Amino acid sequence: MGTSHKGIGASDGLFMGPLRRLGSMPSERQATGDAESEAGALQDAIAAAVAGLADLMGRVDGEAQDILGFQVAMLEDDALSAPAFSAIAAGEPAHEAWRAALDSEIAGYEASDDDYFRARAADLRDIRDRVLRNLAGDGASGGGTGVVLAGADIAPTAFLEADWRGGGAIALTQGSTTSHVAMLARARGIPMVVGLGELPNSAAVLAVDGGTGIVLADPDRAQRDVFATEQQAEAASRAGEEHFRLRPATRRDGGRIDILLNVAGVEELDHIDPASCDGIGLMRSEFLFRDGAPLPDEETQYRAYRRFVEWAQGRPVTIRTLDIGGDKPVRGLTPDGEANPFLGLRGVRLTLAREDVFRTQLRALARAAVHGNLKVMVPMVTVPDELARSATLFDACVAELQTQGLACRRPPLGIMVEVPAVAVMPEMFAAADFFSIGSNDLTQYVTASSRDDARVAALNDPAHPAVTALIAKVARFGRDAGIPVSLCGDMASETKHLATLLDTGLTALSVAPSRIARLKAAIAEL
Amino acid sequence: MSGTAEGSVVITHDVGLHARPSVKLTKLAKGFSSTLEIGASADGPWIDAKSIVKVMAMKAKQNSTLFVRAAGADAQAAVEAVIGLVRRDFDEAGDGH
Repeated sequence: MGTSHKGIGASDGLFMGPLRRLGSMPSERQATGDAESEAGALQDAIAAAVAGLADLMGRVDGEAQDILGFQVAMLEDDALSAPAFSAIAAGEPAHEAWRAALDSEIAGYEASDDDYFRARAADLRDIRDRVLRNLAGDGASGGGTGVVLAGADIAPTAFLEADWRGGGAIALTQGSTTSHVAMLARARGIPMVVGLGELPNSAAVLAVDGGTGIVLADPDRAQRDVFATEQQAEAASRAGEEHFRLRPATRRDGGRIDILLNVAGVEELDHIDPASCDGIGLMRSEFLFRDGAPLPDEETQYRAYRRFVEWAQGRPVTIRTLDIGGDKPVRGLTPDGEANPFLGLRGVRLTLAREDVFRTQLRALARAAVHGNLKVMVPMVTVPDELARSATLFDACVAELQTQGLACRRPPLGIMVEVPAVAVMPEMFAAADFFSIGSNDLTQYVTASSRDDARVAALNDPAHPAVTALIAKVARFGRDAGIPVSLCGDMASETKHLATLLDTGLTALSVAPSRIARLKAAIAEL
Repeated sequence: MSGTAEGSVVITHDVGLHARPSVKLTKLAKGFSSTLEIGASADGPWIDAKSIVKVMAMKAKQNSTLFVRAAGADAQAAVEAVIGLVRRDFDEAGDGH
């Protein structure tokens, strides 16, 4: 019987296939023994690496392109290979000379006291191994179709290079659901599980369930049969669900439910037809604020936000203001060494404390608002004063933009309902233009249990009657007061909670793009 | 016609002379025929501004001063161009990243 490993689902779907280890060492290579042909071999391997990267650059954009551009520039610099060629002239085999030259370069980066420079060691290792693979005649690193890529973490280049046409999956012992690769995997429909802790070294076959986060290592005959049956059932139901994708979500009694999207980056929208949803219910603006990168200026943010509202073609787009802190640190913004970051300076607490950062974002949002149906919401609101101060600041930013003669509009301003204090007393927040219930944090705070800790994960249940009672209370207050209410946590993505949610009177759910068709199909049954 | 030129500039870029700025700096430097060198102090050591491997190895951080010197036909223009690029924060403000 195979062993079962529990991680965190980062991208939905089921896939079983041979394990291919990420970052595995390039094959052994036999040296020719002749300095001249060794030098020639290295020259060819470097040229092939440059050509491979250039080809890849043509197929990606944005940050991925910058990463590759840097690697190409390094490879094209003779200073990188000079020590290797000297060693070859002195009789060293090409692969050993190259490895030694790069290892010494890598050691220099690893020794840096600066996180940014230390992180570049990964790029240098990528370069080193790419050339070594070419020397050994290994071919592309992503390689193979229909395999499960497994390892500690996966570089965006490795994902982009892999051939996914025959399906595949990703199983990581570390990794993150918010990584660039996780976004790409969700967009491509590649099942992915992160945070597995460990996988047996001997495993040859992995069965990955990206929905539950469970990975089976070397499943036996019976387990394989069960998995294959589930896979078929999933494929069949997916095909059935497709029928609903472009239709409005409608209950059996004809009641309409708005299905909105949760997105965390512009590239996620590339493969989505706006007609399949009723708008964007949650755009996480954190993707612009990468840890270690410069803070995005107003123009950068404006252009990014504008892309979302233009994509939606008039449908509402709700952008959440910066929600860092908690488990999402950004150096220079979030405080260090908080004893309990989830109860600390995060969300609107942080942006109100850093008015310079908040202002820049609000100005960019007001400018983007003229291009479509934009709404803005602030996270982690606990007292009405936080909403009032945010609204005042927003108005001031709009007035400022108007005096500067810049086109702008003051969009509606709503709040996330995720702190229990708000869910218990929603009537205190009647000044909000809308409510968006963040069921993940609400569940975590109401049940006092983290979903990242496997030992208490069972307690972290959004179906706990205390959580659903609060959701119902907020929905009822919103209905009575004429304030629109939606729910944007993972709870909305899981069809098992659907009946409960609709019973609370909610009529707007915001979900991961991969869930649209399934959710609409499930709504049609209720 | 040959000459020398030198100057200095403070790096204001948030994380210093990192990957993307280094790519820009070396690309710019390669456009000049003069030898173009940069250093972390006025007395050197001087490193080739056309080599990204060496530029990156400097690990120049934000708020450090970058010294620039050039020798050759377009020495003055080369030094001015490098200083201009660093002053403009490597043209990264608002470039969509």
